Amino acid sequence: MSKLLEARKLCAYYGPTQVLFDIDFSLEPGQITAILGANGAGKTTTLRAICQMVRTSGNLEFSGQQLVGKATENVVRMGVAHVPDGRGTFTSLSVDDNLKLGAYVRGDRAEVARDIERTYERFPRLAERRNQQAGTLSGGEQQMLAISRALMLRPKLLLLDEPSFGLAPLIVAEIFRIMRKINEEDGVSMLVVEQNASLALDLAHHAYLLETGRVALSGPAEDIKRDESVRRAYLGY
Amino acid sequence: MDAFLHQIFSGLANGCIYGSVGLGLVMIYQATHHINFAQGEMATFSTFIAWALIQSGWPYWAAFFVTVAISFIAGLVIQRIILRPVEKSPVLTNVIVFIGLLVIFNSMAGWIFDHTIKSFPSPFAQKGMLVTPWFSAHEVGSALVMLAVLFALYAFFRFTPIGLAMRAAAQNPDSARLVGIRVSWMLAMGWGLAAAIGSVAGMMVAPVVFLDPNMMGGILLYGFAAALLGGIDNPGGAVIGGFIVGVLENLLGAYVIGTELKLSVALVLIVGTLTLKPDGLFGKQVVTRV
Amino acid sequence: MSTFIEYTKTKQFRWISSALLLVALLILPFLFKNYRVFQFNLVLVYAVAVLGLNMLTGFNGQISLGHGAFFAVGAYVAAVLMDRAGMPYWSTLPFSAVVCFIVGWLMGFPALRLGGHYLALATYAFALAVPQLLKYKNIEGWTGGVQGIVLSKPEPPISFSFLGQPFSADRWLYVFTLAVAALMFLLAWNLLRGRVGRAMIAIRDHPIAATAMGINLPVFKSVTFGVSAAFTGVAGALGAICVAFVSPDSFTVFLSITFLVGVVVGGLASIPGAIFGAIFIQFVPNVAEEISKSAPWAIYGVVLIAIMYMMPSGVMGLLKKIWAGMQPATRVDPVRKS
Repeated sequence: MSKLLEARKLCAYYGPTQVLFDIDFSLEPGQITAILGANGAGKTTTLRAICQMVRTSGNLEFSGQQLVGKATENVVRMGVAHVPDGRGTFTSLSVDDNLKLGAYVRGDRAEVARDIERTYERFPRLAERRNQQAGTLSGGEQQMLAISRALMLRPKLLLLDEPSFGLAPLIVAEIFRIMRKINEEDGVSMLVVEQNASLALDLAHHAYLLETGRVALSGPAEDIKRDESVRRAYLGY
Repeated sequence: MDAFLHQIFSGLANGCIYGSVGLGLVMIYQATHHINFAQGEMATFSTFIAWALIQSGWPYWAAFFVTVAISFIAGLVIQRIILRPVEKSPVLTNVIVFIGLLVIFNSMAGWIFDHTIKSFPSPFAQKGMLVTPWFSAHEVGSALVMLAVLFALYAFFRFTPIGLAMRAAAQNPDSARLVGIRVSWMLAMGWGLAAAIGSVAGMMVAPVVFLDPNMMGGILLYGFAAALLGGIDNPGGAVIGGFIVGVLENLLGAYVIGTELKLSVALVLIVGTLTLKPDGLFGKQVVTRV
Repeated sequence: MSTFIEYTKTKQFRWISSALLLVALLILPFLFKNYRVFQFNLVLVYAVAVLGLNMLTGFNGQISLGHGAFFAVGAYVAAVLMDRAGMPYWSTLPFSAVVCFIVGWLMGFPALRLGGHYLALATYAFALAVPQLLKYKNIEGWTGGVQGIVLSKPEPPISFSFLGQPFSADRWLYVFTLAVAALMFLLAWNLLRGRVGRAMIAIRDHPIAATAMGINLPVFKSVTFGVSAAFTGVAGALGAICVAFVSPDSFTVFLSITFLVGVVVGGLASIPGAIFGAIFIQFVPNVAEEISKSAPWAIYGVVLIAIMYMMPSGVMGLLKKIWAGMQPATRVDPVRKS
């Protein structure tokens, strides 16, 4: 099975400062992969590196195509959707407009309309607020909107940066449940950055652990979950 | 009473022009957070192009639309080539580049078309159904043209996908990239539209004030006042601001301070708005992070 | 070569070169015709004006597109005092300075709330409105309205000839302007070199941090505005004296832009740069006007943009780089691993 995304000796820089040092990772299609690690380990930077929002060097291939040096919008057009930390919703635009923008690069207008309806079926709370300004939604609703917007792209790969951040546990559980459903029903591959390791390991098939910009550990999520010494040493529980 | 009404209506007609110039400024500000000091000179230069086309025999409306198209393309090209490299530079650098553009357009207009004052035709018949005792055919005609332009813009931004994409790119360029919008082209298009609007304003104003390289100098100031009054990030506000500025200018000029100090009205409005109510009448509060 | 560079750092070299420079400057006016000397005078006048603007915009980061207005105020104060009140020319300078300081200081208050392009906008509006204000009929008695005020050039206090040229009014004004300019530059240098200068730069680059360090931002910024206006106002007065004429149309917004060009060419936040900038804005139009009446401004525009692209720190920045490149390389010991 060819890899959906493959990184070899990937480095990333904020200006002159290097934050990722020769990391290797790969994603299988249809799988959920988690990136774990403490604050500052480089998890968010990894997602930004994939979207070419930071300067990168090394090898980064998506469906066989090199990503390094591409403009962000072109990476997106290849089928990579990114839900950034902070949600990135267009706060002054309506919920409906946000969803429409998610499908901006798609040409099939009938299908787009159908996808928007599906979103409202899946998230009745968004349907209620379809004409409201996105900035007036609650944190959980904005997260649902952000994920839905990303899905409007019909992406091959969905990147999620800290989906649980700032949300109440009940909402988080619901969102993670929905994410698993989306992966199982629609076959969307996902790369999830999470500080909440236990949540992430429950969801993911495979996991990478980052420590100060390097891959410290990787393996099937089940194994990492079960390995007590790893959990205590690296994940704090 | 008649004179008073005339001042009001004429002020409203002028207000259309000021509002359009202000609208161009707001569009560029929304997209790039910069104030285009060259807006007036670009409009003047466009008007010269139209004049040249008409002089060489083109019918008015053909020259009009071609000029608008050329201005759109020119605005786009200027943004891509001259402004993009300094996008991320400090404000002072950008201001200097804008002033540089202002000066180049002004001097090019003078160089190519010389400094003699020229007359510019109005497409609106002097006699006919639009003439009334309170405003001339041209005032009505140009007001209608400007309103049509404003309406078209509103529809463009509200109902088309590209319009939505431009709004998104202006509000949140990072998120816009994440949905695949080519943000830098959106900025360029914003500039193109602003240049196009400016050219229409120039062609509507020229028949009244006559065409010379410094035609828009004072009008630009009124455009600034209109944009600030309405809220520098509010297109609708710029339009309303334009009307207010136009009427105020006429009323104050006729009854209070005399017509020679009209520019000072704009100055006072600008400084007053900036100090007392920086968001303008309709703008949103902007909080800058420390 | 390197020994020569070492020598330039010695005190002896500095004294000798300064003395030579002074002599050269004093002989200069006698080597050229009156009209050239008049142009040199304008260079000195512009240098002080550009210095004033540079203080505010280069050092303190407050963008002013309206310094032509202060130049105008200074010029008109001097002209009115000379023509209507009969005061001697040299006594008008302090008045221009004070009036412009007050105007600038007052403008500093609204400016406090305005950053970046808003301030540029407000000052641009001010510059646009000034010619109209100067032409206002109600104050025509003082300002001379559209026609302005015609003055007469002051006679030199002593009369002699040197190198075959008489010590004319223009040559005397050269010495006078040179002395005033030197004084202004010295003042600026003293001000900007020390704590005041560092505070101004701190305000420009990190205003909030500057406040946190105890710098009183509002006071500082308004005073800087006032001082900057005063400098340009003195230049305006000098200009009025040297040209012997003021009229509203000499002080359009394009004058403000000219000063900006001077600042940009010479180098933002550079004191000696003001001289290069002044030479540029005085002599480029003379040469360019041969090509076309519009050419000088086309050149200004291209220069503004080109310098922002290629050498944002202007001529002084470029010279500093070249000079630094010529210094003997400092030797660095390899870091010892302990």
